[in-house]
Amino acid sequence: MDWSYFLELFLSGLTRGSIYALIALGYTMVYGIIQLINFAHGEIYMIGAFVALIVAGICTIYGFTGVSVLILAAIAAVIYSSAYGYTLEKIAYRPLRGAPRLSPLISAIGMSIFLQNYVLLVQTPDFLPFPNLIPDFAFMEPVAHIIGSPELVILVTTVVTMILLTLLIKKTKVGKAMRATQQDMSMARLVGINVDRIISLTFVIGSSLAAIGGVLVASYIGQVNFFIGFLAGVKAFTAAVLGGIGSIPGAVIGGLVLGWTESFAAGYVSSDYEDVFAFGLLVLILILRPAGILGKARKQKV
Amino acid sequence: MLQELKQSLIASAWFVFLTFPLLAVRVNTTEQLVEWRLMNMLWVALATFFLSYLWRHALARKQARTKVAEDGSEKQSRTRLLMEDMSFRYKAMGVLLVFALVFPLIFDSYQVNIMNLALIYVVLGLGLNISVGLAGLLDLGYIAFFGVGAYSYGLLNHHFDLGFWAVLPVGGILGCLFGVVLGFPILRLRGDYLAIVTLGFGMIFQIVLQNWSDFTMGMAGISKIDYPGLFGMDMGIPGTIKYIYYIMLALVVFTILVTMRLRNSRIGRAWIALREDEIACVAMGIDMARTKLSAYALGAFWAGMIGVLFAAKQAYINPASFGFMESAIVLSIVVLGGMGSILGVILGAFILILLPEYLRAFAEYRMLAFGAAMVLMMIFRPQGLISNIRQKYEYQGNLKEETDNG
Repeated sequence: MDWSYFLELFLSGLTRGSIYALIALGYTMVYGIIQLINFAHGEIYMIGAFVALIVAGICTIYGFTGVSVLILAAIAAVIYSSAYGYTLEKIAYRPLRGAPRLSPLISAIGMSIFLQNYVLLVQTPDFLPFPNLIPDFAFMEPVAHIIGSPELVILVTTVVTMILLTLLIKKTKVGKAMRATQQDMSMARLVGINVDRIISLTFVIGSSLAAIGGVLVASYIGQVNFFIGFLAGVKAFTAAVLGGIGSIPGAVIGGLVLGWTESFAAGYVSSDYEDVFAFGLLVLILILRPAGILGKARKQKV
Repeated sequence: MLQELKQSLIASAWFVFLTFPLLAVRVNTTEQLVEWRLMNMLWVALATFFLSYLWRHALARKQARTKVAEDGSEKQSRTRLLMEDMSFRYKAMGVLLVFALVFPLIFDSYQVNIMNLALIYVVLGLGLNISVGLAGLLDLGYIAFFGVGAYSYGLLNHHFDLGFWAVLPVGGILGCLFGVVLGFPILRLRGDYLAIVTLGFGMIFQIVLQNWSDFTMGMAGISKIDYPGLFGMDMGIPGTIKYIYYIMLALVVFTILVTMRLRNSRIGRAWIALREDEIACVAMGIDMARTKLSAYALGAFWAGMIGVLFAAKQAYINPASFGFMESAIVLSIVVLGGMGSILGVILGAFILILLPEYLRAFAEYRMLAFGAAMVLMMIFRPQGLISNIRQKYEYQGNLKEETDNG
């Protein structure tokens, strides 16, 4: 057993997994509230990465560099992704509330195809290089051969975001309203919760998490194109299902399990079939335990 | 009026904000260039101003319509009455069939070739219509069965020199077999999970095709696949295209006949019942597993058959033809045409495949339009262009009299 290789795979799985977890949270929150797989969520992530690229590109071309650019790009990405998420819900999902289950799903697939091609047409079909915005920290030097600064930034950001999100949902009034809407929408409406606004808010929060994920991945991997959202979206959905869809800690656990599975499978078995392992895991978990690791099996009532 | 104007202005401003970075700026990080395209913003502002107006009116109309429908005073439109008229239907079908038969004699090979492509999608659409339209099982990996058919002909022809006619049923049966094998484990899943799992299967299929080079020849694909033969006659390229057209047409007619009969059969009604309400359907004593599997397998069967024909038509196949986008195109054909409606699906295939072929200038906007069409259809016309007509059995006698007597 080669331990340093193992550690390397473990850390790369952890990094990947935390990104998946960030995106998976958007799926889980939306599914928890309106029982819809928001197929276009991956595209929101991609748009976040693109906006960050554009902002960072303008900044670097006009001579700004460093952490401030990263922060500026991230803020722009969050604003735009949440605006897209909000609009997406309003156009494609709200008119379909109460329609048969298949309708919003097909609408979501349509929206995903639309957004992909929108970016393809107005930007470019090619891969664009993304400037490396995460600086190398001096204090990381002793351990740089094990874990680099980008990985550290990704991990820290993920952990901080998770804590903030948990606090928001558990402690604030808005979070309470969200939980109430999740449990029973019509009852929530009766006690005076503006359900439409809560749903919009869910989309906004989910989209901004995806945008953070998008910026981090783009500067970690170093390139973006219009198609990155699709694969990331499907994998993040896998993570959400794996952990139990609708559950926030579940999304984190699911993301990590998926990240490690991919990383170890690619490292020890074959990197050509990396995606096959991810999808295989998805198929297996849905067949064997559709409720996921932390999810509660719902009894079907007649 | 002022209110309307204000709302449109807000929508317009919002979309200008929304599309600003992506539409107005293009950065080239390698050459350090920023391209500003501010004129685009003006178009967005103008377009969204009017579109938002249209959007609100369409939504209001839709709401008014559902209210009318709830009152039960829905009037039958004339086209609808015409379609229910059997003698008209037979006449129209006869005319269409004659036109289809003489089509390759009138038009040149280029047109016939395009029509061949459209007919492939007709069969694919009708196959997917069985599982999505009739049984309500959203299948996002449908194209994999098509790939199974295409690769079974490609490989059998390459290695064993088997002819087209020998492989045609084999492709169908292999597709069907795949459908059953993949269908078995996912029977228990509900609609949206099923969609994701089938998507996963589709992706796995394509990745395996790409990477298992020893068996599938990888990204390079299989070339020099034989055209379908006719007693060893040499027909040249134009002749072969026409010949393929007639095979295709026969297959389309066969598919239409079978799906039409299936829809009104016991199993077809079981599919529809399953789509409408699974629990009620099972409570009525319908075997869920068998019904779902048969829908899945029959859909896959057509995809496998037409896959063989696709390989024979192209003479070259590679994994790129069997990706998610192809599945999405077939799905949008079914959605646009009308889920469950045979005529609708045929029309949908012609519109979605022929329109981009003839409007070359718009070909690059094809997928954009497909995506938008899927969303709009779901919101404004979920039944599709031509909605599925359910067979109605009307009571012949006088209901009132009998209840009075009884």
